[in-house]
Amino acid sequence: MADMTLRQWLLTDTPTSRRHAKLSALYQGWLAFRSNTMAMIGLGILLLLVFIAAAAPLLAPHDPFVQNLGNRLAPLGSEGHLLGTDSLGRDILSRLIYGARITLYIVALVALIAPVVGLLVGTVSGYVGGWVDIVLMRITDIFLAFPRLVLALAFVAALGAGIENAVIAISLTAWPPYARIARAETLTIRSSDYIAAIKLQGAGGLRIITKHIWPLCISSLIVRVTLDMAGIILAAAGLGFLGLGAQPPSPEWGAMISEGRRFILDHWWVATMPGLAIFTVSLAFNLLGDGLRDVLDPKAGE
Amino acid sequence: MALAEDSGKGRVRASLPPWIKTTILTIGSIAMTMLGLLFVTFIIGRVMPIDPVLAIVGERASQSTYDAVFLELGLDKPLIVQFGYYIWDVLHLDFGTSLLNARPVSEDIARVFPATLELATLGIIIGIVIGVPLGVVAAARKGSWIDQVARVLALVGYSMPIFWLGLMGLLIFYGILGWVGGPGRVGIFYVDVVPSVTGLILVDAALDGNWDVFKNAFSHIILPASLLGYFSLAYISRMTRSFMLEQLSAEYITTARVKGMSEWDVIWKHAFKNTRVQLITVIALSYANLLEGSVLTEIIFSWPGIGSYITTALLSADMNAVLGGTVVVGLIFILLNILSDLLYRVFDPRAK
Amino acid sequence: MNTFARLLSGAAIGLAVSVTSFAAVAETPANMLVIAHRIDDITTIDPAESFEFAGSDISRNVYGRLVSLDPNDLAAGYKPDLATSWEVSEDGKTITFTMREGVTFHSGNPVTAEDAAFSLQRAVILNKTPAFILTQFGFTAENATETIRAEGNKLMITTDKRYATSFVLNCLTATIGAIVDKETVMANEVDGDMGNEWLKTNSAGSGPYKLDSWKPNESVTMSSNPDYYGGAPAMERVIVRHVLESASQRLLLERGDIDIARNLNPEDIAGAAQADGVTIEDELKGRLMYIALNQKHPELSKPEVRQAFKYLIDYEGMRDSFLKGQYTIHQNFLPATYLGASEENPFSYNIEKAKELLAAAGVEDLEIEIGVREAQERIEIGQSFQNAAAQAGITVNITVGTAKQILARYRARELDVYLGAWGPDYPDPQTNAGTFAYNPDNSDEANATGLLAWRNSWDTGGLTEKVDAAVVENDRDMRIQMYKDIQAEFRETSPFVIMFQQIEQSALRDNVTNWSTGQAVTSAAYWQVTK
Repeated sequence: MADMTLRQWLLTDTPTSRRHAKLSALYQGWLAFRSNTMAMIGLGILLLLVFIAAAAPLLAPHDPFVQNLGNRLAPLGSEGHLLGTDSLGRDILSRLIYGARITLYIVALVALIAPVVGLLVGTVSGYVGGWVDIVLMRITDIFLAFPRLVLALAFVAALGAGIENAVIAISLTAWPPYARIARAETLTIRSSDYIAAIKLQGAGGLRIITKHIWPLCISSLIVRVTLDMAGIILAAAGLGFLGLGAQPPSPEWGAMISEGRRFILDHWWVATMPGLAIFTVSLAFNLLGDGLRDVLDPKAGE
Repeated sequence: MALAEDSGKGRVRASLPPWIKTTILTIGSIAMTMLGLLFVTFIIGRVMPIDPVLAIVGERASQSTYDAVFLELGLDKPLIVQFGYYIWDVLHLDFGTSLLNARPVSEDIARVFPATLELATLGIIIGIVIGVPLGVVAAARKGSWIDQVARVLALVGYSMPIFWLGLMGLLIFYGILGWVGGPGRVGIFYVDVVPSVTGLILVDAALDGNWDVFKNAFSHIILPASLLGYFSLAYISRMTRSFMLEQLSAEYITTARVKGMSEWDVIWKHAFKNTRVQLITVIALSYANLLEGSVLTEIIFSWPGIGSYITTALLSADMNAVLGGTVVVGLIFILLNILSDLLYRVFDPRAK
Repeated sequence: MNTFARLLSGAAIGLAVSVTSFAAVAETPANMLVIAHRIDDITTIDPAESFEFAGSDISRNVYGRLVSLDPNDLAAGYKPDLATSWEVSEDGKTITFTMREGVTFHSGNPVTAEDAAFSLQRAVILNKTPAFILTQFGFTAENATETIRAEGNKLMITTDKRYATSFVLNCLTATIGAIVDKETVMANEVDGDMGNEWLKTNSAGSGPYKLDSWKPNESVTMSSNPDYYGGAPAMERVIVRHVLESASQRLLLERGDIDIARNLNPEDIAGAAQADGVTIEDELKGRLMYIALNQKHPELSKPEVRQAFKYLIDYEGMRDSFLKGQYTIHQNFLPATYLGASEENPFSYNIEKAKELLAAAGVEDLEIEIGVREAQERIEIGQSFQNAAAQAGITVNITVGTAKQILARYRARELDVYLGAWGPDYPDPQTNAGTFAYNPDNSDEANATGLLAWRNSWDTGGLTEKVDAAVVENDRDMRIQMYKDIQAEFRETSPFVIMFQQIEQSALRDNVTNWSTGQAVTSAAYWQVTK
């Protein structure tokens, strides 16, 4: 019964406080989101991924790094190795499970870096205007005009291969669109009466940007970031595939495809399994992103 | 698109007619962007922990050989001076010689770019021919099975690692079934058989009337082009669908329907016609992405295009080649953006 | 319409294309050899500058030398080529070659002693990467015209001291010993570059083949030289096509689109061996795979630690798995088939032994970085080593990079451990002895980046002098014994863990005969091949 009351409280048409109104809006958003089956599937897959990554040591049947040269390239469904073994006789399933950690790690870091950089550049550019705007937007254009993967490649080549550098490189290529969105939002917000009123109260530029403009930009950024996640995973896998991401023996999925590529004709599963894993996770992000967009930003959708 | 946004803000004297003002600003901003692009690439090249001298002389060279090449490359001069020399040469359309194969970079680019152009063009054609009708039908029959299929196709397209799909495609269609040609642009026997007029093998073969070469080249290009086509299809069909939905919900459509116009005419003659402008922008953007974004596809299919050219050059510290390739790709990207912007203005009734 | 199209194509293709090439198993034309090979390492084909494997293949078939190796009888060592005979002066410093009469370059110009002198002088003066092969005899840009000179049909070369004659002649079989057409080359000289710029992409030789074209990362095409003094080759055209992927090479071969696939990995070799009409040929190559320990590292420089690492390699496990058929265990710096090579391989995979040695040295919690080039087999060797080291309590961090990135750090003496490969430069024991066991000045200032011993900061513990002595020894048996002694000491004391010697596996259509990739001593030859 308590549940019902809570539900009623959340669904009320007459909120009693600001917090109540906020929670109520969130709950209604969640209800809308929940009715979207595809989005729920996406969310389910991602929760599962988080669980797998967290519980990797418990779930993995083998140590992902232990080699057995006598039992290399074992086929699917071999004894003790459900998904077979790779070139050094390591269990592919266990490597996929541990690889989930790397994928999540990359996603989380990029999701922290790129939108923040974009937000900073975009809001400053939009709010300050004038020469600052021209210079910042020109820089954004330069980065936009760069072939994305080539830019990422170049940065990794310059900084040295490795997972952190791959994250930085991907973030560097990912921020310009965020800066554009943030700038566009800032331009509309800046000229609103609401900001004018705050200015009259004597608030400084920094305060206006951080306290009033940022919060308003965030929801459209979140949608965009979720939709971009799949792209980020694919870019990271691409770098791994080119040998510029995580270093061996780390079980990064893109690198695993690259390793298995040599045996594609006779031992196809070595490259196929990590490919399916990448596909599943980026599909999940796309489903989730679609659902979130419908809830948070209905105009942009259908 | 981005470039035009700022056009109003410059301080060009008001007496000039607006189109001159726009042109000057556009050219100015292209130049600025290109200069920045060059500068960033140049700096990356210099901070890279790959020694270009070592890249040329190899691991066994004696110190005196090494020193001679170091001076030859002008590496003893300050960075900014080196950059100045480089810009000066580029302005004379001289991208320098590739450090690694001793040929002019411009010659290399002239050789590899048509390969990318051919692949991306066929890819975008596949993307348009399938993606646009699919998007229109999906919008017209919103919620039907076709709409669902289109949605799934697009979602899968967004989520698939292209290099993996390429590998699987090669394995199945080339390795197992033998339906298509393997990696590379043409089979070994067909190399250099037809004179290179345009650099596009399909066109050259057709001009020469050599249909065997055409057939072989086609069997090689069809798989990577379909792959790229699929990825642009995913984007184009989604965008077409949402543009169409916007139009179909407009009042004039309802009016047309009330007037008893056939559904076919409503969709194609009215609604679709009005999405034309937005579609052009989307297609131009996808095309730009295909031209610059086919690096992994080119690598998987050993396609001797500009993407694999830049990548190989980058990994072997051949900075002249990297700079040259990046300039060309960046320029195309910017030009396509401006082109779609112009088309937008020409075709958009509201802009007139 | 269909007939019309076929007629058209039949007329236009002419050369090589058969209309049936879409059939299941096609066949290459009988007078043409089609090879799939990775040729992306070629940066120049000027023999005075070329130093890569695929580039040496071109030069070997396009240029004649004073003396060269016979692909059908490599064990015999150097044989007369453009020089028919030679004499050594009494002081052992001057060798006088008599040139072969009546041989012409592809241009039609006669091959003279003057051309030979010019070619060697040119290589010394240009001082490109491989120049050290000649300059080690004391030739310099300043003295080249006196030390290398032509008189009539005689060519005389004078070295700075007495060397084993076989050493000098072995060096002349290398790519840099190629004789170029002086008239043609100098006609293409730009700014005093002795035709270097032009020869980078063109050829001016007298060999069995002439170069039609080299397209970087695409193909090399050659056609036979009907006037070759040794008789016109059977294969009138040779096409070497750059095919990066092993799997692609294998499919091309199985379909009969090519005659030879040169870069198949062990899995594809195993697969191709099962296919109809394919045979596999093994040739022992000169390339060694090794792990080197930087002696600047306080722990790695302990003798017991150096020993311990030699027990931390799963030699047999690797040879029988991912290196199967392509590497053989070899623990000495002279490759098998070289003069003085040793067959002793005393080390085996023994974690316990390694642990004892480490304990004796008082090493605990060692963490080191190993630099590995981005090549799949090396990354796998690196990971296998990492796995073994972990069991002995050593943490190994692998840094993978492109060849150039890793090499730069190795040459700067920055890496703890380097996983590398070394191929001999010319078919004489000095080529490896002079780099693995030779380091006259171990200081940083010496900057002897060409010496492997220097790169690892190893002073060789007295082997340097022994190498110096061996290279001037003219008694063959004596010289062999000297190298055996050096290697015996090297195995025990050096910071080099030499692991494997390469076997090149070529997969051929079964109608190809007399194929040779040059074994350990030279590069591939095409003129003796028949189908």
